[in-house]
Amino acid sequence: MVRKVVYSIFLAIIVLALAMFFAAYPFGKNKMTVGEYYLNHGVAQTGAANIVTSVVLDYRGFDTLGEVSVLFAAAAGVAILFFLAGGTKREQEDLTKPNFVVRVGSRIIFPFILLFGSYIFIHGHLTPGGGFQGGSIIASGFLLLYLSYPGTRTNRDGLSIIEGLAGLTFVVLGLIGLFLPQYSFLYNFLPKGILNTIVSAGILPIIYIAIGFKVASEFAGIVDDMMCQVICRGGGK
Amino acid sequence: MILVSWVLIILMIALAILSIELKNLIAAVVAVGAVSLVISLLFLLIQAPDVAMAEASIGAALTMAIYIIGVRKTERSEKDG
Amino acid sequence: MIYYVGSFLLIALGLYAVIIKKNLIKILIGLDLIASGVNLLIISIGYVKGGTAPIFSRAGLKASMMVDPIPQALTLTAIVIDASEMALAVAFVVLLYKHYGTLDIKKIRSLKW
Repeated sequence: MVRKVVYSIFLAIIVLALAMFFAAYPFGKNKMTVGEYYLNHGVAQTGAANIVTSVVLDYRGFDTLGEVSVLFAAAAGVAILFFLAGGTKREQEDLTKPNFVVRVGSRIIFPFILLFGSYIFIHGHLTPGGGFQGGSIIASGFLLLYLSYPGTRTNRDGLSIIEGLAGLTFVVLGLIGLFLPQYSFLYNFLPKGILNTIVSAGILPIIYIAIGFKVASEFAGIVDDMMCQVICRGGGK
Repeated sequence: MILVSWVLIILMIALAILSIELKNLIAAVVAVGAVSLVISLLFLLIQAPDVAMAEASIGAALTMAIYIIGVRKTERSEKDG
Repeated sequence: MIYYVGSFLLIALGLYAVIIKKNLIKILIGLDLIASGVNLLIISIGYVKGGTAPIFSRAGLKASMMVDPIPQALTLTAIVIDASEMALAVAFVVLLYKHYGTLDIKKIRSLKW
C-alpha cells in the first residue's frame, strides 16, 4: 500500500515536469549558446571535421578520461564477483555443439568484423563513429565466437596487456602537455593538418585508437567472465 | 516524416509495457533489447548518427547478451507478482 | 513534441517497474528503461528544425544549419556508463541468487518494504 502512494507522488512530479518542459523548451527552436561557439570555431581550433569528436576529446577531454576509468572499475568488479560465484551445475550438461553452418560461417565472418570495427575507430574524426562504437563492435565479434564454440576461453593475459598499454598511452599523451610552454593537461601539440584527411587534428586520432582498443578488450573480458561455464579459474563450488 | 516518428514512438511504448508485464523472463529481456533498437532508429531521425551507432552496438547487442546470461544462471520465469 | 511525451512515458514506466515489482530481474529492466528515456530526452532538446548532423564533410556546409553538438557528446558518455553499471548489477544478482536461492525481494529481507 505504501508503494502505491509513493508511486503516485512520483507520477504527479513527472506530469508537472512534463508541463514545465513544454513551456520552457519549445521543440525545434534554436537554443544554442555554447554550442554555437563550438560549431563556429571547432574546425579552426582543433582541425577535426566531426564536431562531436572535438567536443568529446578536445574541449571536454578530461571527462572522457573519467569515463574510461569508470569502465575499468566496472570490469574489475565483474571479474571479482564472477570469480566468487563460480559455474553452476546446470550448465555443465548442455554444452551442445551448434549447426555446421553456424560454426563455419562465424569463423569466416570474424576477421571482417574486426576490420569493420577498426575502420570505425580509425576514422573517428572524419565520419560518425569513434573509439566507443568501434570497440563495442569488436567485442560483439568475440561474443559471436563464444556462441558458436561453447566452452572456449580466450587468452586473458594478452587482453590485460593490450588494455594496460592503451590506458597508459592516453595518460602519457596527456602528461606530455604539462612539459610544454602552454602548461595544460591534454594539450593538442601535434600539427593540425589539412581538413578531411586521416592524418589531421593533432593527437585526436591517436587517443581514439587507444580508447578503441581499451573498450574492446574490457567488454570482451566482461563477456568472457560471464560465460564461464565448466572451466572457471578456481573459486566457487 | 512526422508519421514515421509517431509510429515508432507508439511501438516503443507498447514494447516497454510488454517487457514489464511478461512472465517469461527471457521474453521480457528480448523486449528490452527491442526498445533499445527502436530508440537507436529515433536517434537517427533526429540527426544524431554518433549516438545512434553507440546505442545500437552497446545497448542492443552487449547489454542484451549480459541480461540473457544473467537470466540463464538464475530462474527463467517469474513466480508471482 | 511527441518526443518529450514519449521519453517521459518511458521514465514513468521504468519507475513503476523499480518501485512496485518484486522480481530482481524486473527491477533491473526498469533501471534500463529509465536510462534509455533520459538519453532520448537529452538529445531531443538539442534538435533544430531543418538542421543536419554536425559534421563538416562537404565543402558547402555552414555552421548555422546544424543541430546542437553538446547533448550528443554528453549522451555518448552516459550510454557507455549505463552499460557498465548494468553489467555490475547483473553480477550482483547472480551472486545473490547463489547465496539465497530465490529472486524474490520479500524473502531476501534486506530492504524493509
